[in-house]
Amino acid sequence: MAEVNLRRVIKRYDEVEAVRGIDLDIADHEFVVLVGPSGCGKSTTLRMIAGLEDITDGDIMIGGDVVNDVPPKDRDIAMVFQNYALYPHMTVAENMSFGLRLKHYPKAEITSRVTEAARMLDITDLIDRKPKQLSGGQRQRVAMGRAIVRNPKVFLFDEPLSNLDAKLRVQMRIEIKKVHQKVRTTTVYVTHDQVEAMTLADRVVVMNHGRIEQIGTPNDLYHKPATRFVAGFIGSPAMNFIPCRLEEAAGKLSVRLTDRIAFPLPPARAVRYHSVPRNEKLLFGIRPEHITEARPQPEPGFEMFDAVPDVTEPMGMETLVYFTLEGTQVCARVNPNAGAREGAPLRLAVDLNNMHLLNEGTGVVL
Amino acid sequence: MTSTVVIDKAGPTRKVKYGSMSRDRAWALRWSYFFLTLFAMFSLVPPLYMLITSLKGSAEISAATNPWWVFHPTLSNYVQLLTSNQYLRFFLNSAMVSIFVVTITMLISVPAAFALSRMKFWGSATLATGVFLTYLIPDTLLFLPLFKMFALFGDLTGIQLLNRWYVLLILYPTLTVPFCTWIMIGYFASIPKELDEAAIIDGASWFQTLTRIFIPVALPGLIAATIFAFTVSWAQFLYPLVFTTSTDQLVLPVGIITSLIKGDVFNWGQIMTGALLGAAPPLIIYAFLMDYYIAGLTAGATKG
Repeated sequence: MAEVNLRRVIKRYDEVEAVRGIDLDIADHEFVVLVGPSGCGKSTTLRMIAGLEDITDGDIMIGGDVVNDVPPKDRDIAMVFQNYALYPHMTVAENMSFGLRLKHYPKAEITSRVTEAARMLDITDLIDRKPKQLSGGQRQRVAMGRAIVRNPKVFLFDEPLSNLDAKLRVQMRIEIKKVHQKVRTTTVYVTHDQVEAMTLADRVVVMNHGRIEQIGTPNDLYHKPATRFVAGFIGSPAMNFIPCRLEEAAGKLSVRLTDRIAFPLPPARAVRYHSVPRNEKLLFGIRPEHITEARPQPEPGFEMFDAVPDVTEPMGMETLVYFTLEGTQVCARVNPNAGAREGAPLRLAVDLNNMHLLNEGTGVVL
Repeated sequence: MTSTVVIDKAGPTRKVKYGSMSRDRAWALRWSYFFLTLFAMFSLVPPLYMLITSLKGSAEISAATNPWWVFHPTLSNYVQLLTSNQYLRFFLNSAMVSIFVVTITMLISVPAAFALSRMKFWGSATLATGVFLTYLIPDTLLFLPLFKMFALFGDLTGIQLLNRWYVLLILYPTLTVPFCTWIMIGYFASIPKELDEAAIIDGASWFQTLTRIFIPVALPGLIAATIFAFTVSWAQFLYPLVFTTSTDQLVLPVGIITSLIKGDVFNWGQIMTGALLGAAPPLIIYAFLMDYYIAGLTAGATKG
């Protein structure tokens, strides 16, 4: 097991710069998820760690050694692919033991490792089958088994659950987490699914356009996003962004969304935003769960306003309400019993303790 | 001018045709059977005629009887050919040439295809196209310069390759290698990239990736290429006709016509028998390898 360090790693394909200088330190035993939209460079980064892609510039270190020019087989890593990449002509056991057999491990050692991994992944009964006789979830388990038996320094996962259906994906997600808790191998996991990223990771690395937008624990990213991209990417439904202005009247700061709607800022927020220029174009960022139905007792930091829902989506435990503020669609999560109906005015409460203020031009969260 | 377009104003009273899809399918099926039967007849009549003729004696062949019927069946043609050392020599030459050519072809084209499809190096794409273009040059264009080359080679080095059956081992691969390489490039390209990446991460060298992953997975393609190489070298006529002349160096197709046509005397019975027997090995090989050929071994490699 080992730590992984990336130093100003750059990947250029002819004209296109896929990865534009990444610095990342992954601690021993850590589970780090690279997440971002397609084309953000996350898979390229993973493949560079694996050695499947050359790096154009910078350094990659595994266990303290620079591995820039070390071929994949000597990096002591194991990789799980999106499409499993099982060897179709080999049985499950042969698939799992292929790497060990190439390295001429003793037979007894191979058998015990394969048995152990199969037991851990609950595929003992499938050990003599060929990949085509397995379901998608079983294939993915075998692919993980193939990684586990190698007992490598680092596990690399490249969107391993994207080919599975929704239910199986949740199940395998838990499975992956369990395996990591058992073997504690340093893991780098790539996904475009922010839920996967949040649930699995010790730390999440949000990438966009070949750069790291933010690194943090799942909770950090959720509650303290650094940029508009992270704020909008993490969380579902996504955070609302409403154009706004800061106003100051009689020493009190308030944020004005529309001509009719302006919210006085709670004291803690007022202090934070005091230095923000008043004429700057800003965005008011608020997650749907922080816009709820109005409460009977006013709570500090909660402000009421009226809105007419355009669309309501009952989800069971909550109802999503969509309405428009000055041309911007806003989503709120209200209690299913709040009586939200399309076209009927609804009194809503916004929790300003959880609001964000962003610079519209730079996208930086203030 | 009379219009053939009938505008049906009655609309709703018109009979609506349901199930036209299956009707289309039924017609498509009928037409395909029609043409399949036609082509089956077209391609089966010559061998049938060969079989009928091979069972006749010389007298019956030249007699003005119904050519599609055997009145006095005899196996004498078969007996004569199979006991003739000359014919067996042709057969042996053909077998040796074909087996060696298939081996040489596979030893060259499989690694070549692997390199061209997987190891991205400078010029690999151009080279792959070049391989294909090589195949497009008709062999009838090449035999004269090749003959000249071998003659010159013999003059310069004293190593005489012309009129030796093994000269064909050098000649045939110029036809088989480009095409087999091209087939194998296609097969290797259909193997998901992740499969060799997984193998490389598992610690396999390029050579191990080829032998332990690619060859087993692309076995149907390998067999297709083998069949092709075998058929080409077994049936090749022009090159052996040009490059070999002594009776003991001839291969089957050339041997049959040179030894069984004497001046203007055609020994039709033996020609037909010889050709029929000569067509047997490829048939047997097809029959045995067809199952492998069809079996989709790549199933289950990845999703789906």
